[in-house]
Amino acid sequence: MRDFSYVRANSIEAARKAAALPGAMLLAGGTTLVDLAKCGVAQPETVVDITHLKGLDTISVDASHATLGALAKMSHVADHAGIKSHFPAVSEALWQAASAQLRNMATVGGNLMQRTRCPYFRDPSNFSACNKREPGSGCSAIGGVTRGHAVLGTSQACIAMYPGDLATALVAFDATVHLGQRVLKVDDFFLLPGDTPEREHDIRAGEMITAIEIPGSAAARRSTYLKVRDRQSYEFAAARAAVGLELEADGRTIRDLRVALGGVATKPWRARAVEEALKGKVLDEDTVRKASGLAMEGAVDHGANHYKIELAPRVVARAILKLGETA
Amino acid sequence: MTVHNIRHADSRHGDASDGAVGGRLSRVDGPAKITGAAKYAFEQQLDGLAHAVMVEATIAAGTVRAIDTRAAETTPGVLLVLTPDTIMEIKGASDWLGNPPTQKTYSPLARTVTYSGQHIAAVVAETFEQAVAAAALIEVSYDETPAIVDLSDPKAGDGIPIDAMTKEWGDAEAAFAAAPVRICAAYNTQREYQAAMEPHGLIARWQGEELTIWEPSQWLDGMARTYAEWFGVPFENVRLVSPYIGGGFGSKALALAHSAVAAASAKMLGRPVKLVLTRPQNFTSYGGRAATRQTVTIGAGRDGKIQSIVHRGVNETAVDGMWVEPLASVTSIMYATPNFSSKQNVVRVNTVVPGAKRAPGENPSAFGIECAIDELAHEVGIDPLEIRLRNYAEQDPEAKKAWSTRQLREAFASGAERFGWSKRSPKPRSMRDGHQLIGWGVAAGTYPVRRAYGEAIVRILADGSVEVESSSIDMGQGTYTILAQTAAETVGVAADDVVVKLGDSRYARAGVAGGSRLAGVMTGAVYKAATSALDQLVGLAISDPRSPFHALQANTLVVANGRLRSPRGDGPDVSIAELLASVGRDRIEAAGDTMPANSTAEDRYKNYTTIATSIPHTEGNYSRHSWCAHFIEVRVDEDFGTVRVSRVVSALDSGRLYNPKLAESQWKGGIIMGIGQALLEEGIVDRRHGRIVNNNLADYLVPTNADIPDIEVISVGIPDLHSSVLGGKGVGELAIVGVAPAIANAVFHATGKRVRDLPITLEKLI
Repeated sequence: MRDFSYVRANSIEAARKAAALPGAMLLAGGTTLVDLAKCGVAQPETVVDITHLKGLDTISVDASHATLGALAKMSHVADHAGIKSHFPAVSEALWQAASAQLRNMATVGGNLMQRTRCPYFRDPSNFSACNKREPGSGCSAIGGVTRGHAVLGTSQACIAMYPGDLATALVAFDATVHLGQRVLKVDDFFLLPGDTPEREHDIRAGEMITAIEIPGSAAARRSTYLKVRDRQSYEFAAARAAVGLELEADGRTIRDLRVALGGVATKPWRARAVEEALKGKVLDEDTVRKASGLAMEGAVDHGANHYKIELAPRVVARAILKLGETA
Repeated sequence: MTVHNIRHADSRHGDASDGAVGGRLSRVDGPAKITGAAKYAFEQQLDGLAHAVMVEATIAAGTVRAIDTRAAETTPGVLLVLTPDTIMEIKGASDWLGNPPTQKTYSPLARTVTYSGQHIAAVVAETFEQAVAAAALIEVSYDETPAIVDLSDPKAGDGIPIDAMTKEWGDAEAAFAAAPVRICAAYNTQREYQAAMEPHGLIARWQGEELTIWEPSQWLDGMARTYAEWFGVPFENVRLVSPYIGGGFGSKALALAHSAVAAASAKMLGRPVKLVLTRPQNFTSYGGRAATRQTVTIGAGRDGKIQSIVHRGVNETAVDGMWVEPLASVTSIMYATPNFSSKQNVVRVNTVVPGAKRAPGENPSAFGIECAIDELAHEVGIDPLEIRLRNYAEQDPEAKKAWSTRQLREAFASGAERFGWSKRSPKPRSMRDGHQLIGWGVAAGTYPVRRAYGEAIVRILADGSVEVESSSIDMGQGTYTILAQTAAETVGVAADDVVVKLGDSRYARAGVAGGSRLAGVMTGAVYKAATSALDQLVGLAISDPRSPFHALQANTLVVANGRLRSPRGDGPDVSIAELLASVGRDRIEAAGDTMPANSTAEDRYKNYTTIATSIPHTEGNYSRHSWCAHFIEVRVDEDFGTVRVSRVVSALDSGRLYNPKLAESQWKGGIIMGIGQALLEEGIVDRRHGRIVNNNLADYLVPTNADIPDIEVISVGIPDLHSSVLGGKGVGELAIVGVAPAIANAVFHATGKRVRDLPITLEKLI
């Protein structure tokens, strides 16, 4: 870890200004920043500590929407009664993220800024080529160990998987991220790697995440988060799905459906093709399984991650069918 | 120095009998560990401590052309930059068998690189952060050559035959060819790592020609010998201190390259130096379990009786070091067979030399034979438990000797009973719960009784308490506790009144804590020393004119609960403290050992500092082993291929248990490690770079609590006095053996799919 200077911001405005300076990085829970600094990826010149800012950790929920302050801890949001009743998928996503110790430290704003777990990205001393770290240097992952890499949204420049759980649930329910002046859909906040994998978020110098807002909906109230992984706890997903379902009054026809995928894509991945294929249809297993395959449209594997193309639609289907059973 | 006085430990359960041998006394070191009071080896605070970090090779094969240290040397706080050219000369040291060094000098920093992660330079600075910053500025250029990345590399070849591993009787090939039922399959185990919570590291301090090393160690005297030879000082000049060990699993028995660098830099600087490996360095600075390949062929009758076993094995080793993982160690003894053949090769690949990880040899060996017999059971349509009983080995098929004890039949019976094995539906894929396919598997395991000689000092102090000293160690297996129990029972005091001191090479010498030998060795030594101390005590009581027992005969005195009295209760009744006061003694001290009577000083040195004097487990008329049977239920998601272990019942024969609570805990630990091996653990190599990429605890998966169901362990052992002084056999290595095949067999039963490559990950099942 290199030397850096430390600034404690005493207002949101001061934090924004300090963070706008070259080489400055915001420190919230620190669970990503400290980790990346130790492995030599993050090399901040200035760390701007925002953990003491007042009023940024509030959680307010009613039927119409939820607002999560950027500094709200993952564990607090996960355990919030309103989140559990109005947005169960959000609570479940957080419960299954990281470990209890990390959830107690990490904030939801910081969680959106979490970087990929690509081992090549994380090891600069052994793998100099990484377009995400050093634009134009190449991609060490392509042709390497790819079991955990993305099959959706990849480019020639980068196949790194987006690791977070929370954002997968957020994009399913059209959540927005508040950046001060601008408010973006979470889906738009995350960028595809394309030719510029170093740019992961639509965030500008001087901007800071202050809050996340999730609109309430019937689909959000009847939602679930299914995470499939090698290990039962404390592991990133092999594939995961956040799904919300609203049925017509007949109790069997799908009125609204939200599907987002994770563990398979370079960003939180909304599967609109699955949603469109099933809206208006009667919910039954064959229909759901068939439609879930559409989630993998455009998928490209790199050998060892091929299983994700088989696995992810099964995860989507199981999640939808599980919601159907809980009528 | 570490002292545990269980008088103050809030860890007792049950009644006073807990403190006797065989009692369920809780670990006396437990409270110190739980509260954080336990100070581990490299947590010592020393004045003037400097900090060292290692610089590793980023290629897997080639030579170091140049190391540019200029930028690092001028960085603030830097005291020393070491390269192969600038490190002091270190002498070659003999190996753990005591073989003399093959080279006159030893360079812990490499010029020729044989694996990615090999140490090539080091930086010592005033602070850890300064050392890290400077190390990042070191520029290394290489001449790279092609690497052999693993066993499946086309360049790897067939390897080197290890003739000492060949075992043959009968005519196995002919009997196989003639057998009505023939099974042949290849089984692979992956490269695994010990992944102990506590990383490797040390603090080294020189005072003149005397070296003190604080380092987690499974073998103080063996490592002290290495340091002494490296630096050309007498063995007595090296003091190794290792009060607690945060997990060793076989990895912490030897002084390693980074250990030499820390000690050398301390000598060069004239200051104490601390060096702790990073987590990634813990994957490349010492070896984990070698990857293995086995082919097991079984020829059998339609009745499932084995007629022939032909076994071929390969394990990986390093380009510049030899590790043989004995792959036929279970194959050759588990089942009766009139014909047997096994051969083994090792293949050199560009890796750090593989090393010992829990039950080296027996563990992968059991994966082959215990899966193969399950395949045979399926082929002939016989229950997997029944086929094991039909082929039960009534004596050691290889050594042709009687077992000292073999409670494996009892293990099968009681495990099956508790598990409910008789309710198993034989057909694969015939049991389910919703989306979950349920499978039941069984496998057996074994581990030889490794024996050695030990010594200990026992003192009876003026206050009537008892002190035990040994340079053996406690890495969580319970040495502190069982030695307190042994001394308490032998002398006749409460376990509360025993203080055990371990983990300092200044104490009575001890051999390696490995191969499950330490408990048997050390209880025997403490028993002898304590008996001798007791004899002195009783001798004083009857012979000293000032003693109230002066007129009595020795054989009429009883020492119990810290008091001496005549058994009829009609004479004096005094405490040990009162007796010592009355005869004017402040202590009684006795050394005891289990060495042969005519042993020389040289024999003793060799016994404690090498493993050359281990006593073969087939010495004399008996073959000595621990045994176990695992019954395991898995649940496999039919869509996702995820495997979860949902039930484990294991019955184990470790002979007499010195402390059942601690033995059960060790068994469970082994079973948990076996679950990790079966389902999660695998060192994944980037084939282009020959480098492990999942070199951290987020990506190298070991089980979490959520992966582990309730585990029921049942002791079926009986005292085995052919195996140890007090009747115990090995505990710690045993329980992992057979877990992976039991899980693989259960997965087959659940899914109908036979996975012969570990770990059994979801993509192998969807």
